[in-house]
Amino acid sequence: MIAAAIVALLITLALTLIRAFMGPSIYDRILAVNSFGTKTVLLIVVGGHTLGWFSYIDIALMYALVNFVGTLAVMRFFEQYNPHGEQS
Amino acid sequence: MTIIDWISDICLLVGGILTLTGAVGLLRLPSFYTRMHAASVTESLAATLLIIGIILDTGWTLDSAKLLLLIFIMIIANPTITHALCRAAANGGNTPEMETVNPLPGSTQAVSGSSQENQAQHETEISAKEPK
Repeated sequence: MIAAAIVALLITLALTLIRAFMGPSIYDRILAVNSFGTKTVLLIVVGGHTLGWFSYIDIALMYALVNFVGTLAVMRFFEQYNPHGEQS
Repeated sequence: MTIIDWISDICLLVGGILTLTGAVGLLRLPSFYTRMHAASVTESLAATLLIIGIILDTGWTLDSAKLLLLIFIMIIANPTITHALCRAAANGGNTPEMETVNPLPGSTQAVSGSSQENQAQHETEISAKEPK
C-alpha cells in the first residue's frame, strides 16, 4: 500500500504542477505551489520511510515550516498586486 | 500481518485516494474559491492519514513522536494558509462569483467575477438559468 500511496502522490504532484502552470490568476498559482509543497512533504515522509533514509523526518519538518513561511511571504507580496490598473 | 499493519495500509490507501481527489478538484473546478475549497479540504485529512499510516508502520520510536509533531504543524499551518490566501485574493480584487439579492427593490443582480474569463463563465451560468 505504500507503493500505491507513492504513486498517488506522484500523480498528485503532476496535476498540481499543471494547475500551477496554467492557473489564470496569481492566487491559483500560489495555491498550487502551496499544495505542491505539502504533497512534497508527504512524499518525503512516505518515500523516506520506504527507502530507509536517515533522519528524513527532520527534512520533512524543515520543508513544512519553510513552505508555510514562504507561502505567507509570497502572499503578503501579492496581496495588493494590481498589474495594469485592472483587477486580476 | 497484524491488525496494526492492516490499519496502516487502510490509512495509506485512503490518504492516497484523498490526495488524488484533491488534485483532480484543483485541476477541474471552475473558479478560484472552489479550487481552494477542493485543495484545502482534502489537504489536512490526506496529510494526517498518510502520516498516521507511516506512524503505525514505524512503531514506538522517536520518529513517531516527530511525525506527530509534523501532523500538529500541518494541521495548524494548512488552514492558516487557506485563510490568508482567501483574504489576499479577496483584497486583491478576485471577488467570488455568487448571486446576491440587492436590498434595493427590483434589482436582483449577480456580483460578477472580475476577470474576463470569470465574466464569460458567469454569463453562461446566468443564461442557463431561467429568468426570474
